[in-house]
Amino acid sequence: MAAAANQSKAVNTAPFYSHQLRKFGIISILTLFAFMLVFLFLLPFANMALISVKTTDQITEGATGVIWPMEPITYTYDGDGDGDQDTYDLYIVPMPDGSTRQLALVQPGRQSSQFLDPSNPEAGLIAWEGNWRGLSRVTELHPHFENFQTAWDMLDFPKVFRNTLIIALTGMIGTLLSSICVAYAFARFPIPGKNIWFIILIGTIILPSQVTLIPTYAFFAKIGWTGTWLPLIVPHFFANAFNVFLLRQFFMTLPRELDEAAMIDGAGPFKVLTSVIIPQSWAAIIAVAMFHIIFAWNDYFNPLIYLLGQPDLLPISVAVQQFNFQYGPRPELVQATSLMAMVLPLVLFLFAQKVFMRGVVITGVEK
Amino acid sequence: MATIDQTHTGALASETANIGANQNSNSLQRQQRLWGWIFLSPWLIGFVIFTAAPIIASFIFTFTQFNLSDGSITFIGLDNWRTLVSDPLTITSLGVTFKFALVAIPFWLIVPILIASLLNSKSVKGKPLLRTLFYLPYIVPAVSAIFIWQSVLNTQAGWINRILRLLGVQDPPAWLQNESWILIAFMIIGLWGIGNAMLTTLATMQGVPTELYEAAEVDGAGPLTRWRKITLPMISPVIFYNLVLLSIGVMNYFVVPYIVSRGTGQPGQSAYFFNMHLYKTAFAYGNMGYGATLAWVIFGICLLITVVLFATSRRWVYYSSGD
Repeated sequence: MAAAANQSKAVNTAPFYSHQLRKFGIISILTLFAFMLVFLFLLPFANMALISVKTTDQITEGATGVIWPMEPITYTYDGDGDGDQDTYDLYIVPMPDGSTRQLALVQPGRQSSQFLDPSNPEAGLIAWEGNWRGLSRVTELHPHFENFQTAWDMLDFPKVFRNTLIIALTGMIGTLLSSICVAYAFARFPIPGKNIWFIILIGTIILPSQVTLIPTYAFFAKIGWTGTWLPLIVPHFFANAFNVFLLRQFFMTLPRELDEAAMIDGAGPFKVLTSVIIPQSWAAIIAVAMFHIIFAWNDYFNPLIYLLGQPDLLPISVAVQQFNFQYGPRPELVQATSLMAMVLPLVLFLFAQKVFMRGVVITGVEK
Repeated sequence: MATIDQTHTGALASETANIGANQNSNSLQRQQRLWGWIFLSPWLIGFVIFTAAPIIASFIFTFTQFNLSDGSITFIGLDNWRTLVSDPLTITSLGVTFKFALVAIPFWLIVPILIASLLNSKSVKGKPLLRTLFYLPYIVPAVSAIFIWQSVLNTQAGWINRILRLLGVQDPPAWLQNESWILIAFMIIGLWGIGNAMLTTLATMQGVPTELYEAAEVDGAGPLTRWRKITLPMISPVIFYNLVLLSIGVMNYFVVPYIVSRGTGQPGQSAYFFNMHLYKTAFAYGNMGYGATLAWVIFGICLLITVVLFATSRRWVYYSSGD
């Protein structure tokens, strides 16, 4: 009877429950999987953060070292009664009764050693049979945040930061001014052969930069610009295919009626651009500005060749690389500088990620 | 590319219609054209100075012995091109570059598609956060990313080898010091840059009309079939675009091997990429003429890749004609 009742109940409700349950199961498993994947993907950040607050000795322990910035701790006490404070290393000591205690090593010996109990030093020395070298130290978490200060000073970070900012911001102004004008031309004006110009513009995206590199370098060398920031800035005043494309796509979505209304009010093309188009396009303009700052922050090859022999002018990419080649034996400083070099782009991205990612989608999908 | 043409002609047609209605159509149109050229001029001037002229100049340089330090240029005919054929480093570095293309491009192409598919699934929660987190490493400056990965890939203390040892691997590889592992290590480092490809793929997937999936489900197609028969064709233009960019990117691959091998291309010559050969020739040895020849080799190969990819694209890239 009971079995039959159960069965009928199961028949009634099972499909619903099992369907819900299955759906819930799939959601949990896939979500868990996705988060585990992203956790693994981002694990190198944790490695960087942990190494950046270690000491060189902790890092060079190699495969046997713990991943955390652990520091052995000591105990200070006047152990020999001479009136001076003495410092003793703390060890994890297994006791004869099977328990372990954290004791300060006062008198090391090969066969037996004298320890002191830090929680009860008045009790006097505790003799322990065995080789103290086999014991392990008591450690505690001790991040060396001063590594960042050290790296900051050694790299002369304020100077490097200023150099990068000047290069990035002036280039950004250049690419905004020029790309907005060019995008406006493509979006609104009847230029003969516009299709062909546009295809050529887009074609420059897949043009390998190497083919123009040597004559461009020779040209800048000839006019005396190598060893200055100008080759890193001036070319951006002549528009860039990605930015033009993004802005043009955006401008084309703006209704023409507003342009026309402004023109009827007597606005010329410049006025239409500055008072009608630009105020409606901040999302795209901010995206372009961010693309450029992140590009300039990341650019390594151009400063490498154009600022050769000008250590005071280097932007962050080359400066960090050269610093790290010099201080390779101090991995904690290498990781600290790597972290400091990524802070600004990451913060910028996190603040404006929506605008930024939409810009990426427009330039990447619509072609 | 097809979409551009269509929207363009559309815009042009409406423009001409607008202007045609105007009384002073001729003078107004001339004026409009003039303004067009004015606004276009930054790019036109830049294109001539920084693109067109240098391409031609670098082709001319290939026939010269051009030393930058003393500025001397002598025409030497085809000598650079002859050197190219007999230069063992050219063959080696081209070999390294092609080998790397075979190792890296499949992963760099497929991993973003898989992650985008995961993030496009209805059964995954927290998608905006996941999307941002997967995108994040793309923002990290290359120099930082390289030093981070050098540490993670460290033979002794690196986390990858610690994990491998935990999993029972006796002798995990010396990723960046071993000739047979270094290209794989570079590929892994490059996976940190999949953000853009992942994002554009995901956006395209989200644009696929849901009716297509619903119709397929009614016809009894399972999730895998739907993915293969609907999602994949619909995202094929993005895959194609990424493939073109990746191929050209590999031909230009420089920063990672240059920093990891400290400019040497070691171990052996396993990290001596073609672009490093170009950099050394032109900027370390100041041999600009031969450097330009190497640059033209890159240009030629990229051109060839692009032409071949575009030619085969008709067979596997699906362009919806609706838009």
